[in-house]
Amino acid sequence: MPLQRHLVCRVDSLPPGSRKLVKIGARSIGVFNVGGRFYALRNSCPHQGGPVCLGHLTGFPTSPTPGEFEYLRKGEILRCPWHGWEFDVKTGQSWFDPARLRVATYPARVESGASLAAEHPGPESDREMSGLRPGPYVLETYPVAVEQNYVVVEVPGTSRGSRVQR
Amino acid sequence: MIDCDIHNQLPSLETLVPYLEEHWRAYIRESAFVGPDVNDYPEGTGIPARPGTTPPSGGPPGSDPGFLCAQTLDAWDLELGILNCTYWVQSVHNEYLASALATAINTWQAEHWLTADSRLRASLVVPSQNPALAAQEIDRMGHHPGFVQVILPVRSWTPYGNRRFDPLYEAALRHDLVVGIHFGGSSGNPPTPCGWPSTYLEEYAGMSQVFQSQVLSLISEGTFDRYPGLRVALIEGGFTWMPSLMWRLDKEWRGLRRDIPWVKRPPSEYIREHIRLTLQPVDAPPQSRQMLEILEQMDGQDLLMYSSDYPHRHYDAPEEALPDQLPDLHWDRIGTENAREFYRL
Repeated sequence: MPLQRHLVCRVDSLPPGSRKLVKIGARSIGVFNVGGRFYALRNSCPHQGGPVCLGHLTGFPTSPTPGEFEYLRKGEILRCPWHGWEFDVKTGQSWFDPARLRVATYPARVESGASLAAEHPGPESDREMSGLRPGPYVLETYPVAVEQNYVVVEVPGTSRGSRVQR
Repeated sequence: MIDCDIHNQLPSLETLVPYLEEHWRAYIRESAFVGPDVNDYPEGTGIPARPGTTPPSGGPPGSDPGFLCAQTLDAWDLELGILNCTYWVQSVHNEYLASALATAINTWQAEHWLTADSRLRASLVVPSQNPALAAQEIDRMGHHPGFVQVILPVRSWTPYGNRRFDPLYEAALRHDLVVGIHFGGSSGNPPTPCGWPSTYLEEYAGMSQVFQSQVLSLISEGTFDRYPGLRVALIEGGFTWMPSLMWRLDKEWRGLRRDIPWVKRPPSEYIREHIRLTLQPVDAPPQSRQMLEILEQMDGQDLLMYSSDYPHRHYDAPEEALPDQLPDLHWDRIGTENAREFYRL
């Protein structure tokens, strides 16, 4: 499916820490500026279709032992407003319920996650330290570029279902 | 078969006097103290004793070792029987007296019960309202091979996941003992989460609420994360409520795990790894196939351990304590092997 480029907004109207919801074809898409990098995700939670891009953009609390808290990935974890499920704003990867992964084989998906991580070193090793494994869902993400001070998101030409099947 | 819940009963407070220091002998002699104020099994309800369990020697049911062994180990051809003495010293507000009573009871159990039959095992009574004193008692007697468990009343002052209990759990682990949480107790907290009920029926049938609260606490507070070797037996609390608790906990954990970030696996995995439940009292559904469904929902063949709850009255013989049509495979596990593995017998 060829990607089609869509103009989102001027860069200065989407400063770091902010987000913008855009409608592209049938899709609602959230575009986020996280520390100067831009990310776009389908605004539909794979769980029950909730407007995930309206959720808190927060961090990832973890703990080495009860009573001790570590706060990773500040401002990089999107929580669906409906049920609180957590997704990495950079990759769309969900982070909970590792048990479900046991029965599935996703070499392609894991490869993909690793290559995305390589683009932004650091966060993946953080999550490994947290002791959790990836959850079963991945939000649909889209490449975002800044061209001549405009944010551009690339979306497949035709709309597909919101669930990314593994 | 291994019976995980046989009750040995203290004949009377007098029984403990020889095991107490002079100070406490005088205290009991000269005060109005008659023992812990607990009434888990009121006379006249029919629950305290099966017919025919009063020993010919006198004393309450479960108080005569020879008679108890004849009616349980011999009559039911048991391989082993685990004694759960529910003399709740936790209800004695003087912690030093509670501690002295626990020490006396455990020495009495070692001398009077564990010598009576090699098939008997016993549970340590501890003043858990003061976990440091409880740990002292566990360290005093935990080396005795006859003791396989520390027994706690399900009705506690504070939920058992609270870190104040850490010394108790550490002591139990030092001596490789299971922590048994048993029906009853009178901590001062109501036996329901919404206040005091009017009737014994409410208290008795509603005790599963308290068991569920303890499971919630142990998992959420990270007790099993702090003590990966900890084993907890839920005794005389029923078990048909467990599947829904597992489902609900796993579901809510997905969205609320941030509250308890140390819990890194679905809560039901902790339950399957660390917790076992005894069989009696069975909340028997109207049709036996429904019981099979419940067993399947909670992996009952791996989580349940046979118990008669002697001399308490639910049924009359072990085979009648089983849900109808329970497959032989399940009976091997539930009747013997689960307890053997869990208690390391």
